[in-house]
Amino acid sequence: MRLSLPTRNYLPARGMARVRALFGGWTVLVLLFFYAPILFLVAYSFNSSRLNIVWEGFTLKWYAMLFRDNRLMAALENSVFVAVLATALSVVVGTTGAWLLHRYRYRGVRTISTLAFIPMVVPEIIMGISLLVFFKTVDVGLGYGTVIVAHTTFCFPFVMAAVQARLAGLDPALEEAALDLGATPLKAFWYVIVPYLMPAILSGALMAFALSMDELIVTYFTSSSSSATLPLRIYGMAKVGLNPMINALSTIFIVATIVLLLASEWVKRLRR
Amino acid sequence: MSADPSPPGAESALAARAASSKLNPNVQNHPDTQLEWEFRLTPLPAMPAMPAAGAPVSTETMVELRGVTKRFASVTAVDAVDLTIRKGEFLTLLGPSGCGKTTLLRLLAGFEIPTTGQILIEGQDVSNIPPYRRDVNQVFQSYAIFPHLTVEENIAFGLKMRHVPLAERCARVEEALALVSLAGLGKRRPHELSGGQRQRVALARALVCRPKVLLLDEPLSALDAKLRHDMQLELKQLQRQLGITFVFVTHDQEEALIMSDRIAVIHRGRIDQLGTATEIYHAPASAFTADFIGEANLLDGDIVSSNGVTALVRLDEGVEVTVRAAALRPGSTRALLSIRPEKIYITRTKPAKDNCFKGAIENEIFRGAMDELRIRVAHNLQLMAMVANESAHEHAWHKGDTVYCAIHTDDIVVVEQK
Repeated sequence: MRLSLPTRNYLPARGMARVRALFGGWTVLVLLFFYAPILFLVAYSFNSSRLNIVWEGFTLKWYAMLFRDNRLMAALENSVFVAVLATALSVVVGTTGAWLLHRYRYRGVRTISTLAFIPMVVPEIIMGISLLVFFKTVDVGLGYGTVIVAHTTFCFPFVMAAVQARLAGLDPALEEAALDLGATPLKAFWYVIVPYLMPAILSGALMAFALSMDELIVTYFTSSSSSATLPLRIYGMAKVGLNPMINALSTIFIVATIVLLLASEWVKRLRR
Repeated sequence: MSADPSPPGAESALAARAASSKLNPNVQNHPDTQLEWEFRLTPLPAMPAMPAAGAPVSTETMVELRGVTKRFASVTAVDAVDLTIRKGEFLTLLGPSGCGKTTLLRLLAGFEIPTTGQILIEGQDVSNIPPYRRDVNQVFQSYAIFPHLTVEENIAFGLKMRHVPLAERCARVEEALALVSLAGLGKRRPHELSGGQRQRVALARALVCRPKVLLLDEPLSALDAKLRHDMQLELKQLQRQLGITFVFVTHDQEEALIMSDRIAVIHRGRIDQLGTATEIYHAPASAFTADFIGEANLLDGDIVSSNGVTALVRLDEGVEVTVRAAALRPGSTRALLSIRPEKIYITRTKPAKDNCFKGAIENEIFRGAMDELRIRVAHNLQLMAMVANESAHEHAWHKGDTVYCAIHTDDIVVVEQK
């Protein structure tokens, strides 16, 4: 009897081909289900017809109209302003929070680290309403401040999670070496720990920025009309009827989001 | 056959001899068994100088530990340790893992605060001073090189934290790089370095601060055996050259014997014995030290009689051995004896000496330069002997051979007595 070495393919060639076709087909279906609507939207943003269902010809006029629309441009400015500040706050809160939870042992560490992630899972509508009630109770007028604070509450856990993941692989001797060489705990954190965490901080920040740019429901409850963000404005426009300009705007948004997410992944891979 | 006295330092000579006999398996250059034994009857020759034992160390005190205890919850890691470390000394804290040696080092560095007791550096109480205000630097086991900084920036870190001016900083970094033979590699990133080079960076980074005491936490444990031995000698030479006090932590007894001026054997949070390498090896003060440093046959027995020069000890296994009476305190009735395996001489014919046991070789273990023999000398007593490896020769020892084990009276050390 001859013994043959085991191979990786356990099925005969023909069976294997069938399995591949099956899996391949399923994958294509799933991807279509996810991305076909988006592809339609992108395609119709270049449609010269006012109606979404009829293709008339290629045009860039909706993009041109979009950039001339002052209200939309003001909303975009608001969105970027809010996202930048909410991201900055999230980075500070998320990074220092992760470090304090990782480095120091005190009562309630576990409770705090669990509580910090609740904004990630609480339904946005509840977050929105509770923030609104809170702001009314402490008598703070709705505006940029309230939107930025509201965005920070659900953005910082993403920074914190990224930083915590990187801290798990931190050699404790790294901080001790800094202390040993004359750095105070604060300097050790700034000169050694923060540079070590930088890839995680950046990828968390990109994530936070993308989330803040996209957010609708919480913003709906916490903004005033002057501090309305782009998603809120689009929502308002969509209620009175779909306009191909929204398709153009959404396309720009989708591209920007994808670029941010890809950048976040790329930064993550920079980890040495 | 072979019955060479083999202190650890002589192993390379034995290896060379073994190698030469391998090359000429037909050449019989063996001294006569009896002759060699007669030679051994002359008084013990002095231990050959070890690389570590050399110039005298200053008698000034650098570090003093007074009753230092460190408890973690229910565990006492360091238990009332008193220790004086001299200026310019190479002191090794040696012990098995979990014995408290690393905690002791961390107490010196300032990463731990003693539960009770005091730590003094040059007479100043530093017990509660944080690590960043102590003139002490450490080489970490993992090296802890800052991954985002270049070699130069790593080494300059301590100087920058202490606000040393830029010009001086650069000069000292260059000097430190040259000191550890890394000149020219200053611009490299840590991940571009080999393990040995990283270790040198860690060393340079600590030395550039000119610490009063340099702490080393098993810095060589990640290196391969060959590189490790080179580094041991280099580190020792560096320490001599700089005159800085080194406190070195290791669990490797051979490393400790090679490098140290003095060794503190740590056992269960206490200093079991403190002394030079030769003292600790030849005159272990406890069963633990005798067993941990090198290898030893540890034997318990009753002191039966003494004639003022020699004393007779009847081992619990029924065998009688003669020891030097001077080693025993008057009134002692029980003794724990230690016999180093390389001090047992194996012969085929009965030598006319006090301590001589007939036995059979139960096991022969090839250990490279040495052969380890397990010899049953009584029904419940097995001795471990170490002989130069002669396995390529007709004189080789084999399982089942009947042999005589002879032990010089001076080579039986009384470790404990009561």
